[in-house]
Amino acid sequence: MTTDKLDAPATSRTNWTSRIDLPVATAFGCIILLLLVGSLYSPNFLSPEYLLQQLKVGAFLGVIATGMMLVILLGQIDLSVPWAVTLGAMMASAATAYGPMGEVFAIPFGVLCGVLMGLVNGIGVAYLRIPSMIITLAVNAVAQGLMVAYTGGFAPQDSASPAMRYLAAGTILGVPNAVIVWAITGAVAVFLLGRTTFGRAIYGIGNKEAAAYLSGVPTQRVVMIAFALCGGLAAFGGVLLAGYAGKAAQSMGDAYLLPAIAAVVLGGTSILGGRGNYLGTVAGVILITLLQSILSVMQIAEFGRQIIYGAVIIVMLLLYGRERTGR
Amino acid sequence: MNGLRYSLAEQRGMFLALAIFIIMFAFYVANHPAGFTPNVVQTAANKGVLLALVAMAQTFVVLTAGIDLSVGMIFILANCLASYLLVGTPPMVALGVGGVLLTGLACGALNGLLVIYGRLQPIVITIATGAVFFGIALWIRPYPGSADDFSSDLADALTGKVLGVFPASLLFLILLVLVIWIPFRRSVIGRAVYAVGSSEPAAYMSGVPVMRAKFTAYVLSGLLAAMGGLYMTFFTYSGEASLANGNTYTLSSIAAVVLGGVSLFGGRGSAIGAIFGALAFRAIGDLLFVFDFDPLWQPLFQGVVLLLAVSLGAARLFQVRNRLDLFT
Repeated sequence: MTTDKLDAPATSRTNWTSRIDLPVATAFGCIILLLLVGSLYSPNFLSPEYLLQQLKVGAFLGVIATGMMLVILLGQIDLSVPWAVTLGAMMASAATAYGPMGEVFAIPFGVLCGVLMGLVNGIGVAYLRIPSMIITLAVNAVAQGLMVAYTGGFAPQDSASPAMRYLAAGTILGVPNAVIVWAITGAVAVFLLGRTTFGRAIYGIGNKEAAAYLSGVPTQRVVMIAFALCGGLAAFGGVLLAGYAGKAAQSMGDAYLLPAIAAVVLGGTSILGGRGNYLGTVAGVILITLLQSILSVMQIAEFGRQIIYGAVIIVMLLLYGRERTGR
Repeated sequence: MNGLRYSLAEQRGMFLALAIFIIMFAFYVANHPAGFTPNVVQTAANKGVLLALVAMAQTFVVLTAGIDLSVGMIFILANCLASYLLVGTPPMVALGVGGVLLTGLACGALNGLLVIYGRLQPIVITIATGAVFFGIALWIRPYPGSADDFSSDLADALTGKVLGVFPASLLFLILLVLVIWIPFRRSVIGRAVYAVGSSEPAAYMSGVPVMRAKFTAYVLSGLLAAMGGLYMTFFTYSGEASLANGNTYTLSSIAAVVLGGVSLFGGRGSAIGAIFGALAFRAIGDLLFVFDFDPLWQPLFQGVVLLLAVSLGAARLFQVRNRLDLFT
């Protein structure tokens, strides 16, 4: 995963430095600062094993945040991520229970369920014009209901398939597979956002949907596909998580909604849409993973972690998330 | 005539929520083994008031075209704080109530300041402040519980029945509407909140006190969320720092607000609508108990009803006259 591969042009080449560098640079600066603070506490923080471990833990959030970023770039938001994650994990695990064929199709089936869920969101937002915050909230509730009814209120007995375990917990030449999966996902996202009409359309819609529509962009279809992708990626994140943990569990996705949004926003993507690049999201994901890790290594009680976590996000947003003045 | 039509269109969401609530509640009471008795109404009112308070809190911020994702956490913080402060003699309890409400005000003020002077998007910043508020709640109340000499007199009075018939919590809610909402709606600041929600640049150009309006909205939101937390303590006599509860209240408040006809785009709707939205939302949940549904299917049923209700209430597709209107 090299940096030059990840540099996605946002809107125009000429403004590259002025538009993108500050948030991304600040985010990476904060990462280095966090590592230094951590290394004062314990030298292990700078060891390659620890860093690789953090990347591996961050990969799950990274995959989920990729989907969230697509939606946020549109100026929308997807609050259905928690149960899209759980849905993906549970459906993939459930498919595993159906013999060898099930095992083969476990991962695609889990992701497909997430895509369908995202499609419902997308149709609601793009064609029915329901505010994304509402429709995704409701779809989240429906997905939760479906899963509770399906599992009978207990954690499902089906465990993850070998392929899922391999993808999430295995390694190739010492590099965790999860990190490779994240790198591939990221590379595809960078290509999609920077080099395809679809990506351009996402930025265009995020800036002004009416203008994009009048320029001939099929805005409704783009929005729908973006939501479907977000659902699919969230479910894929869930599949990986299930592989990592060995089995799916209820409410395993709850811990990923706010960090995913925070990672995208800390990476400099505007919550109003239209601005942001993937490198920033990578920085945001690493930042949040490191922060969580350092807080837990320092054995700070849960309440302290929550307070520091919130405070750090506020401070960093104040550093570079401010909107410009002028009305 | 035009004025009437206009105000009907303005209130459509509220009437929709009211209709849903009446139908659901009628179903509920008709199928309840005990029937339409003061006790049944009292239980329903007590459950509804909690969400109604949080939904009212959410309304103020949503009217400015913002959103407050920390209401649930302020609610939890107030709940935990109240479980310590409501002790001893009546004057001490009054002091405790004051302390809890002040904390809510302070939380709201922090949100407001960050949104106004930090120039940050409310949706992001309130997620972060929510984490801080929850952390503090967890700090003061790591395990669910209450103070040893918890004074339950006030709690019993505010959750019981007045004259043996009317639920006190409902009376309290009506009082709040009369004391907070109606004066707010008629004040300059109230108008400014609506103006800011409709179009901030236009409001600014017209000399509307934009900052004061936003600040007031967030502060009132904090205050009402804290009242919700206080009421929670009245019911349970204890405090619990539960992340799941906080998130549920935040998300339910958004659903209730939308169900009650408050536009998420700002400038449209009222707290009264939001209250009916909250009551309707709760009534949907209550229905399942009387029909003796398998509890496993309850979340699904609730989700589907929520999906249908908000889709009908919020779908703008059926209201546009010009395709370009879709994008505004």
